[in-house]
Amino acid sequence: MTDRRRRLLAWLGRRPALQAWALIAPAGLWLLLFFLVPILLMTGYSVMPRGTYGGVESGFTLEHYARFFDPLYLAILGRTVVVALLCTVLCLLLGYPVAWVIARSRRWRNLLMFLVVLPFWTSFLVRTFAMIFLLRDTGLINTMLLSLGLIEAPLTLLYTPFAVLAGMVYSFLPFMILPIYASLEKLDPSLLEAASVLGARPAARFRRVVLPLSMPGVVAGCLLVFIPALGSFLPSDLLGGAKQMLIGNLIQNQFAAARHWPFGSAASTVVMAGVLAGVLLYLRTRDRPAPAMPG
Amino acid sequence: MTPAVEFRRVSKTFGVTRAVNDLSLTIARGEFFSLLGPSGCGKTTTLRLLAGFEAPDPGGAILIDGADVTMMRPYQRNLSMVFQSYALFPHLSVERNVAFGLEQRKLPRAGIIPRVRQALELVRLDPDTFSRRMPSQLSGGQRQRVALARALVLEPAILLLDEPLGATDLKLRKEMQLELKALNRRLGITFVYVTHDQEEALTMSDRIAVMDDARVAQLGTPAEIYENPRTAFVAGFIGASNFVEGRTGGRADGRWTVRRPDGLLFRVPDQPGLHDGMTVRVAVRPEWMDLFRPDQVPPEGNAISGSVREVIYLGETMHVIVDIAEGESLTVALRNEGQLIKPLPWQAGDRVAVGWLPEDCQVLEDH
Repeated sequence: MTDRRRRLLAWLGRRPALQAWALIAPAGLWLLLFFLVPILLMTGYSVMPRGTYGGVESGFTLEHYARFFDPLYLAILGRTVVVALLCTVLCLLLGYPVAWVIARSRRWRNLLMFLVVLPFWTSFLVRTFAMIFLLRDTGLINTMLLSLGLIEAPLTLLYTPFAVLAGMVYSFLPFMILPIYASLEKLDPSLLEAASVLGARPAARFRRVVLPLSMPGVVAGCLLVFIPALGSFLPSDLLGGAKQMLIGNLIQNQFAAARHWPFGSAASTVVMAGVLAGVLLYLRTRDRPAPAMPG
Repeated sequence: MTPAVEFRRVSKTFGVTRAVNDLSLTIARGEFFSLLGPSGCGKTTTLRLLAGFEAPDPGGAILIDGADVTMMRPYQRNLSMVFQSYALFPHLSVERNVAFGLEQRKLPRAGIIPRVRQALELVRLDPDTFSRRMPSQLSGGQRQRVALARALVLEPAILLLDEPLGATDLKLRKEMQLELKALNRRLGITFVYVTHDQEEALTMSDRIAVMDDARVAQLGTPAEIYENPRTAFVAGFIGASNFVEGRTGGRADGRWTVRRPDGLLFRVPDQPGLHDGMTVRVAVRPEWMDLFRPDQVPPEGNAISGSVREVIYLGETMHVIVDIAEGESLTVALRNEGQLIKPLPWQAGDRVAVGWLPEDCQVLEDH
């Protein structure tokens, strides 16, 4: 047995390409089975007629896509894109300074990083529920403001677009901070000193050196926030009171309550295609050869 | 004339460590000034204080061209710097790197482009070949030149260089040393150069400040530093030195007689501060010593006898290590006149006398 194992390892040792494949295979199969197959299935469902009792029937139709481009659904999509963009911008504005401070500090770095990832210790669902207790009319914020005499009647915080956005920003902020931190941490401090000695004031230093060099982190962070924000349905469901539907709610409804899988699939496919197109566009504009100095 | 740079009683403390201790010195305009010392001696901190990256402890002042800049930010100081790692902006082409400082000074585009070209030509990089390249597409030597061009294009009054040649191979380093020296002469810019390489400092500098333990151990021209080291540290750090110790015992004809613990006498030149019965330490350069047969020592010289331990072949010179007492040896450097044609007459085990002239001794101050 051990002899066979040794011979197998020796045989593998002479084949580096095979080694690489062997290392990738388990995760690759996993993703193939649970990521690629369902997506292909879903794309297939989106062009099939709806079955009478849910599910699909065999055949080919584009009616679900046609239905999706109804102004009603386009309005939902438009609202979702706006909310997801707002969420991304807020996360960027809040997260960048935090990432900068963590990357610059030596003593507090580990503690700050710990605090950033701390919310991951509980589930997304629990954390979103917890926000209800904070925001509702008899919640902590209103109780405090009332007892301080700053307001006379409770503010309506829960079940508003503000609550949805607050919940989304809170949930996705770490996904913005972490990649920006990773790119800022690699930034050579002597580049900042070089810029400074060459005459750049702090604002110019940020604009000309820090920001361009942290762009990979910014883009990664924006994608990591924007994409899940686009598909999220829990915050709008729980904190928005399902008053204003987002595309995530629509899709979830189609698969669950409405049992209209083909339409849900079509909506998902449209969102996914949109995101994919955006990412591809970004990848194409990046890594262009150095432009000539504008003359 | 106002000096280009003046440090007045500047100290810098990090926590409990004092990196620079009560430093006062002036650097003349157009001078090639080197801060030389081992790592941790305070030379880099001194340069960073001058650049404005660090603020000195209260009480010290730094002046540039007569004006107090102690509180000024780096971008207000009209100086330029070449960094040890070059610190080229990786996201900008060669051209944009060099243009960076000019753009910060809000120069019109039309004025920037020819100056960038000029600066690249000055450091002997062909603008047509290199302008559009990214730093990652350059060799170490080319990056060095871009960093230099980026600093020189601003026509600064003072150029700071933080071990810029550290990462290059010997041949390129020698070449750049001569080029830097030539640029310093031609452009009239004051160069302040930090290095731990004594040969580099000797090659290029008008004056050298040898730093040790947060202080300037000695400041002088390369010849003064090399030929008259004042402390054992300087004598040992700049080139090699032999050390001989003893107690002064009487002065005659401007020479002091020194008695070694073993009773042997030798003479050293008179020097302020020497008095009778004082323990002194004397440094002698290996190349200023010679070897003799024990019975052929010239009467005007000092001599210590011993036996040859080893003969080392170094190409240009031959080093002969002579044991003169238990645990005590001297190194004598002799010119290599061709071991195949005219071999040294000494080999391990030979009884010899190490001789040197009294005026080639340097009595050290830290005895």
